[in-house]
Amino acid sequence: MGARQRYHSNAACPHPNPPPEGEGAKTMTALLDTHALKAFYGDAQALFGIDFSLTQGELVAIIGANGAGKSTFLKSLTGLVRAPGEAIRFKGEPIGGLPPGDIVRRGLAMVPEGRRLFPSLSVEENLLMGATAARKGPWNLQRLYALFPILAEKRHQPGTSLSGGQQQMVALGRALMSNPEVLLCDELSLGLAPIVIREIYAAMPAITAEGMTVVIVEQDVTMARQVSRRIYCFQEGRVSLEGNSADLTREQISQAYFGMEAAHA
Amino acid sequence: MLETLVQGVLLGGLYTLFALGQSLMFGVMRLTNTAQGDFIILGAFAVIAGVSLTGDVAPWLVALAVLPVAFGFGYALQRYVLNGTLGKDPLPSLVVTFGLSIVIQNLLLELFSADPRAIETGGLNTQGIALGDAMSLGVLPLIVLAIAVAATGSLQWLFARTALGRSFRAVSDDREIAELMGLNAKKVYALATAIAFVLIAIAGALQGMRTTVSPSDGPLLLLFAFEAVIIGGMGSFWGTLAGAMILGVTQQIGFRLDPGWGIWFGHIVFLIVLVLRPQGLFPKTRG
Repeated sequence: MGARQRYHSNAACPHPNPPPEGEGAKTMTALLDTHALKAFYGDAQALFGIDFSLTQGELVAIIGANGAGKSTFLKSLTGLVRAPGEAIRFKGEPIGGLPPGDIVRRGLAMVPEGRRLFPSLSVEENLLMGATAARKGPWNLQRLYALFPILAEKRHQPGTSLSGGQQQMVALGRALMSNPEVLLCDELSLGLAPIVIREIYAAMPAITAEGMTVVIVEQDVTMARQVSRRIYCFQEGRVSLEGNSADLTREQISQAYFGMEAAHA
Repeated sequence: MLETLVQGVLLGGLYTLFALGQSLMFGVMRLTNTAQGDFIILGAFAVIAGVSLTGDVAPWLVALAVLPVAFGFGYALQRYVLNGTLGKDPLPSLVVTFGLSIVIQNLLLELFSADPRAIETGGLNTQGIALGDAMSLGVLPLIVLAIAVAATGSLQWLFARTALGRSFRAVSDDREIAELMGLNAKKVYALATAIAFVLIAIAGALQGMRTTVSPSDGPLLLLFAFEAVIIGGMGSFWGTLAGAMILGVTQQIGFRLDPGWGIWFGHIVFLIVLVLRPQGLFPKTRG
């Protein structure tokens, strides 16, 4: 916070030195990008060359039907699915194929599909597992309990004894505990009631406020358009559409989502 | 009758120590160490060799010195041998530990011959405390029981209250997600086996003090360890202790009825539990 204010006050005063050469280039460089990323489950190919890029501080949504490769894509980014080294670059360095632990220590954390809480760990222990990577940053137990007070109340209960929405808060909090630079959320809304989904997404502004970059995979297209700045639509392992959330029309999205034949149905 | 019960509980203390390492390794990485008994015997022979090499040093000091060696041995064994056998298929780890069992037996046979040996305790193993007229409790079995209860309590505390215990439970629950959080599952597994081998060394040293050991004893000890773990259920170390107590008391009742029936009685109770309650008496409660 303090650092940002100082930056602004610097920018406001007439600068004696010309702005550094790299400044302009830096904002153009993607924080995370993939180039022709392919992924396989055994012999079955799940991703057929994904080009994706992410700029610091933005919230990007990935939408698409079941089996479009959205989860596989996130798993490739986090090292759970093998990827060729150069296909994924994070802050300019190739991270494809690194072990998941190395990737989370570099600042890429994921909320996995279906939450995947540790059943024999309490709520608080689940959150503490997220801090294994031990990165420095604003997120800690206290901060999370302020964001989701219900978790403080249930901190000593088994994580899996909570309601679906509360479990999702634990899964989200667990990923935040590593203080990532990029937070990847796989289907936060899966199996949750609409009111609960809104409650979870209500926490997003608090998360992105400090410049966190967020990628959400979301089946709920309306929700995805509401919260994101840009949207990627996946179809059968390829990017079928990409653009600013505000600019894309419903027709464009449904065509990219379902493919040609279904658009007529 | 009371004496049978008390002797059974004391025997159960020994079986607890046989079984804790097995329970720990199965709990953390679903690995069944079929060489458990042979490693216990190896531990006993390590102390015997240590005592004879150092001459005058007290056996319990030698046993203490063996513990860090066992820790390092367990760590290396898991890291460089057993981790490679883990996976969805339980067969590779069974085959490898079964192979280790044969190797250890023959190695001990080669080094120490088939003669039974014991760790000299200066008469500790024959001392007793008289309770009334009818009953006398052995000092050494009481020490074994105390160590067994302390070891069970320590393990339970380690698992429930420490960061390492949290890592053990996390990799056991969901290895993939634990690695996603930044844990190195292979190192966590190695630490679990290292701790299991400290327990194995303790069990071996006490077995060698209590009675004689010979290179072919391992498989029977494995059977007792296995039965205790199954009867108790995989859920907690207190369950393992309870299973070992049940096994000890049952065997003692059998011995009382006929000297040839003790171990057989234990097997019968084990089979009854396996048929009626295959998850054990104290299974893990999970959400």
